Amino acid sequence: MAVQTVSARPAAPRVRSGLGGRLGTVLVAVLWLLVTTLPFVFLVFTTFKSQSDIYSTPIWALPKTFDLTNYRLVLEGAFFTYLKNSAFVVALSIALTLLMSSMAAFAFSRLKFRFSGPLFGLIVAGLIVPVHVTLIPIYLLTRSMGLYDTVFALIGPYVAFSLPISIFILTEFMRQIPREMEESAQIDGCGPVRMFTSIFLPLTTPGLATVAIYNGISMWNEFIFAYVLTSNPAHRTLPLAIWDFQSEHSANMPAILAVVTLTALPLIVAYVFGQERIIKGMMAGSVKG
Amino acid sequence: MSLATESPSRRLTLAQQTRRSSALVAAAFLLPALLMLAVYLLYPLLANFRLSFVEWNGLGNTARYVGLQNWTQLLQDATFLKSLVNNLTLAALSIVIQLPIGLVLAFMLDRAGRGSVVLKVLYFLPLLLSSVAIGTVFKNLYDPNFGPLNTLLRAAHLDGLARDWLGDPGLALASVILVVCWQNIPFYMLLFLAGLSGMPAELKEAARLDGASDGVIFRRITIPFLQGTIRTALVLSLIGSLRYFDLVYVMTGGGPSGSSELMATYMYRTVFSGFNIGYGAAISSAMFVLVVIASGLTLRLTRRFETEV
Repeated sequence: MAVQTVSARPAAPRVRSGLGGRLGTVLVAVLWLLVTTLPFVFLVFTTFKSQSDIYSTPIWALPKTFDLTNYRLVLEGAFFTYLKNSAFVVALSIALTLLMSSMAAFAFSRLKFRFSGPLFGLIVAGLIVPVHVTLIPIYLLTRSMGLYDTVFALIGPYVAFSLPISIFILTEFMRQIPREMEESAQIDGCGPVRMFTSIFLPLTTPGLATVAIYNGISMWNEFIFAYVLTSNPAHRTLPLAIWDFQSEHSANMPAILAVVTLTALPLIVAYVFGQERIIKGMMAGSVKG
Repeated sequence: MSLATESPSRRLTLAQQTRRSSALVAAAFLLPALLMLAVYLLYPLLANFRLSFVEWNGLGNTARYVGLQNWTQLLQDATFLKSLVNNLTLAALSIVIQLPIGLVLAFMLDRAGRGSVVLKVLYFLPLLLSSVAIGTVFKNLYDPNFGPLNTLLRAAHLDGLARDWLGDPGLALASVILVVCWQNIPFYMLLFLAGLSGMPAELKEAARLDGASDGVIFRRITIPFLQGTIRTALVLSLIGSLRYFDLVYVMTGGGPSGSSELMATYMYRTVFSGFNIGYGAAISSAMFVLVVIASGLTLRLTRRFETEV
C-alpha cells in the first residue's frame, strides 16, 4: 500500500440501507462508543472524589464537588520533572530518528550501491525483533557506557527501534518523488548532499510528520526500557510517574488516577488540535507496522 | 536506480561519479542509521544468544560457560511451557476478538463516511494512553470490592457473577486479555480503515446497484478486498502476542501464582528479580526464535490460503 493512499481519500457516498441494517449499525456504534469512553469517564470522575467518597458513594455517582485535592497532591510532587524528562527524551529521539531514517531512505530510494536490496530487507526485518530480547544486553551496555539512570540511556533504544519502520515509510515516500525534480537540480550542479537537504527533505515533509507522530506516541508511552534503564525519579519519564506514585500512595486510588489523567493529558490535548494528522500518522504506520 | 545511469545528460556532476564514489556517498548516508541499528538492535540480539549459554548472576566477572544447559532446562521448565501456552492463548483470543471487531468497526466507519468523523476520533482514544495508564485504570475497574464492574453486577442483582477478576488464577489471564483487546482494537480498526480507503468506490456502488445487502457486500467484497490487510493483521497480532509484556506486567505481574505468566514477564522476573541472567537470556532468545517461526509460517500459510479464494 502506498503512503499516499492514506492521505487522499474522497468522502464515501452515504448509502441507503434497510431500517434493520441501520438500526444494527447504530447499535454497534453506540455500544462501542460506551466500551471506549466509559473507562475514561470513570477515570476522570474518580479523580475529583476523595478517598472516602469512593467507598461511600456509588461508583457512577457524579463527584459531589469538583475537589482538586488529588491534582494538587500530584502536581506538588515530582510530576513536572517526569514531564520535562519525557519531553526531552521524545524530542531528541524523534529528531535523531528523522535525521537518520531520512538519510538512509534517500540512499535506498535514489543511490545505487551493492546489496541495497538485501540490506533494506534486513533493516525491515528488524521490525519483528522483540524489545525483550535486547533488554539484558542493552541494560549491560548502558551500564558500561555510564549512561545508566540518565535520560540519555533511553535515546539509543528509542531511536534504534523506530528506525526500521521509519526507513520503510520514508523510502516508499521518496520513491514517489518525481525524477524530474532531481534531474533539473543536477543540471544546476547539485551534489547528493544538497539534493538531499534542499529537495528531498522538503518534499518528504508529510512522510516525516507521519514518522514523527507514529514513533512519538509510542516513545511517549514507552514503559519497559524506561523502567529498566532508569531508577531515580529525577531521571524517569511520564509512564513511570504512575508507577512510582503508585508504590508511594498505594491505597489512594483517586490520587493515582489523577496521575494517570495528568500523564495522558499532553497527548490528548495534542490530539484535540491535530486529530486528523494524528489518525493519518497512525494509519500509515499501522499498515507498515 | 541511480541518477548516474539513468540521467540523460552525462556530463553532470552526479553522472560523472564513478561507481565507487557513489557507493561511498551511499555509505555516508547509511552510516548513522546502520551504526545505531548495529549497536542497539543487532549486537544486543546476538549478545543475548551468547548470554543464553552462560550462567551468571550479573555481578562481576563470574559468568561461566555452561553450554546448552539453559536450553535443555528451558524445554523441561513447566513455568516456561505454561507461559508459552498463555502467549498462544493471548494470540488466539487476540485474533478471534480484535480482528473481527476491528474489521466491523472499520467497515461501519468507512460506510458512514464523513458522518462518522466524531466516532472515529473517539474510538481512537485508547491508542493515546500508555499501557501503565490503561493497566492502572482497569485494575481499579476490576477491583473486587470497590471496582465499578462488581458494583454494577451487584446493583443488577447478579452478585453471583461478581468475581475477584485479577486475583482468581482461573480468571486473571482472561481479564487481562480483554483489556489488551480494548487497547488494540482501535489499532486494527485503523489498519482496516487504511486498507478500505484504497478500495474503489465503483466496486461498492456496482454491488449495491445489483441489490446486494450490507452483509453480502461485507462478505463478498470487503473481506476479499482486504485479504492482504487481514494477513498483515494476522502476522502483527501473532508477533505482538508472542512478545507481549506490558499490561500483564502492570495488572498482575504474571500472577496469581504464575497463572497469567507470559514468556516476557517470566524472562523479566528471572533476570531482574532472580538475577539469573543466562536463563533469562535463554527465555527471550527462545521467544525470538518462536516469533520468527510464527511470522514465517503465518505468511506462508495465509499466502496459500489466499490463492484458493
